[in-house]
Amino acid sequence: MDLPLPAVTPETAPYWDGARDGKLLLQRCLACRAVRFYPRRTCPACWSPDVEWIEASGRGRIASFTVIHRPPAPAFAGRVPYVVALIDLDEGPRMMANVVGDRALEVAIDDAVEVIFEARGAVALPQFQRSAR
Amino acid sequence: MTSTLRNQAIIAGVAESEIGKVPGVTGLALNAQAARRALDDAGMTPGDIDGLVTAYSVAEPYFMYGTVLCEYLGLKPGFCASMTMGGATGAILLEHAAMAIATGRATTVLVAVGENRATGLTRDQAVAALAAVGHPAFEAPYGPLIPGFYAMIARRHMHEYGTTREQLAAVAVQARRHASLHPNSHMKHPITVADVLGSKPIADPLRLLDCCLISDAAGALIVTSPDRARDLRRPPVWLLGAGEHHTHEHLIAAPSLTRFGARESSEAAYRMAGVGPGDIDFAELYDCFTITPILEAEECGFAKPGEGGALFAGGATTLEGRLPVNTHGGMLSHAHAGAAGGLLGIVEAVRQLRGTEGERQVKRHEIALVHNEGGIMSSHGTVILGRERR
Repeated sequence: MDLPLPAVTPETAPYWDGARDGKLLLQRCLACRAVRFYPRRTCPACWSPDVEWIEASGRGRIASFTVIHRPPAPAFAGRVPYVVALIDLDEGPRMMANVVGDRALEVAIDDAVEVIFEARGAVALPQFQRSAR
Repeated sequence: MTSTLRNQAIIAGVAESEIGKVPGVTGLALNAQAARRALDDAGMTPGDIDGLVTAYSVAEPYFMYGTVLCEYLGLKPGFCASMTMGGATGAILLEHAAMAIATGRATTVLVAVGENRATGLTRDQAVAALAAVGHPAFEAPYGPLIPGFYAMIARRHMHEYGTTREQLAAVAVQARRHASLHPNSHMKHPITVADVLGSKPIADPLRLLDCCLISDAAGALIVTSPDRARDLRRPPVWLLGAGEHHTHEHLIAAPSLTRFGARESSEAAYRMAGVGPGDIDFAELYDCFTITPILEAEECGFAKPGEGGALFAGGATTLEGRLPVNTHGGMLSHAHAGAAGGLLGIVEAVRQLRGTEGERQVKRHEIALVHNEGGIMSSHGTVILGRERR
């Protein structure tokens, strides 16, 4: 059984296209300038449909995390234990990802992390690793 | 038209179905069993019902669950709705039943929810179905697991306030003790803090005994107009206040990891009832995980932010304490089957208010608060119930 792939929609396709190019792309509202996550056609702050895509720094900090021991599906069984984290990006929005790489299981709240990309099927999935910030 | 639900509706009858593992019985049959028992509790007949509100079923995913349940029960009501607000559905259904009665759209509304989650689904199907709560593109690919979402909330609470693993465990231990005194609970054998801390790790810091059960269960309420109070088999319980609040669906969109919509929903319910946290004699708080009632106790005003863990660990919330919580054992030990988990807290509150619960009976039972929560602390419904009209 394969790991789940994200459902890609016309609204979110630029995000996934960016990830394939090694870029973490975020939407910024042209009307109120709020940076939002996840991508969508309507600004949740002001309802403007006018938006631009910006490239994020890829840096953030851990807001919280868990270590999953009981896999949600058989496809994750080979990965346990693994870290699921909420990451506060330097640009403001909060996103979810796994913390992977060296000493991932020693991660702590407020740790600095940086984006990397995991090839999964035809998509690249943004993931984070601990950085020495 | 009335602008409040205070004193506009009474709960005339309550019941739960068989609970636990009930193989070979459909979720619809469990709903029907709970409905029949609740109707009997009220001293009414099916012909008295002119409204039905219900939830949904993961195990039996009918598209129009409300009309399917009406059809199954042979009801042809003038008011019917099926709502999908996760665990918050029970309290919000009671609010909606009261709105229908207050506005004259119905006189007597059956609220019935539940499903055969333990035996109608395999364990892996149940977990996979629940995993669908995560955002399909921006959460689910990371394998978060429902307990994992709550684990992240628990860890943030521990980080900001110093809440401990032992405080979380105390919630589970207390729930089990209360469930052991209930004649119809899924899990009754006693557990200790050491048992919780030594149980199988699921999503750190949460372990198996920090997680609610998966049960077959249904619960039902008969909600009716106060005009009917004198016709009933039992003394009525009054709806004094109701509130709801919704802030997000997915955890990545939650405004905070420590502050949720239970504050607004409980404040709305308190305002309507004209009471405050100090007037509440006991509370039934949604407990999908041990962290959840700790957060709700803080948001409903029973403890200051960060002091919910100490409230439980200090014994204030036991049957003998100053504010008994989850007197039936909650979803951690009494039963959890979809939206029934929260509704069974209302069933328990009604019984405690009547004062009929023997060994489990709390001493002070004039006013109770029930809080239901759905999603990942996403949707909130609070109801305040009283033995007398106020």
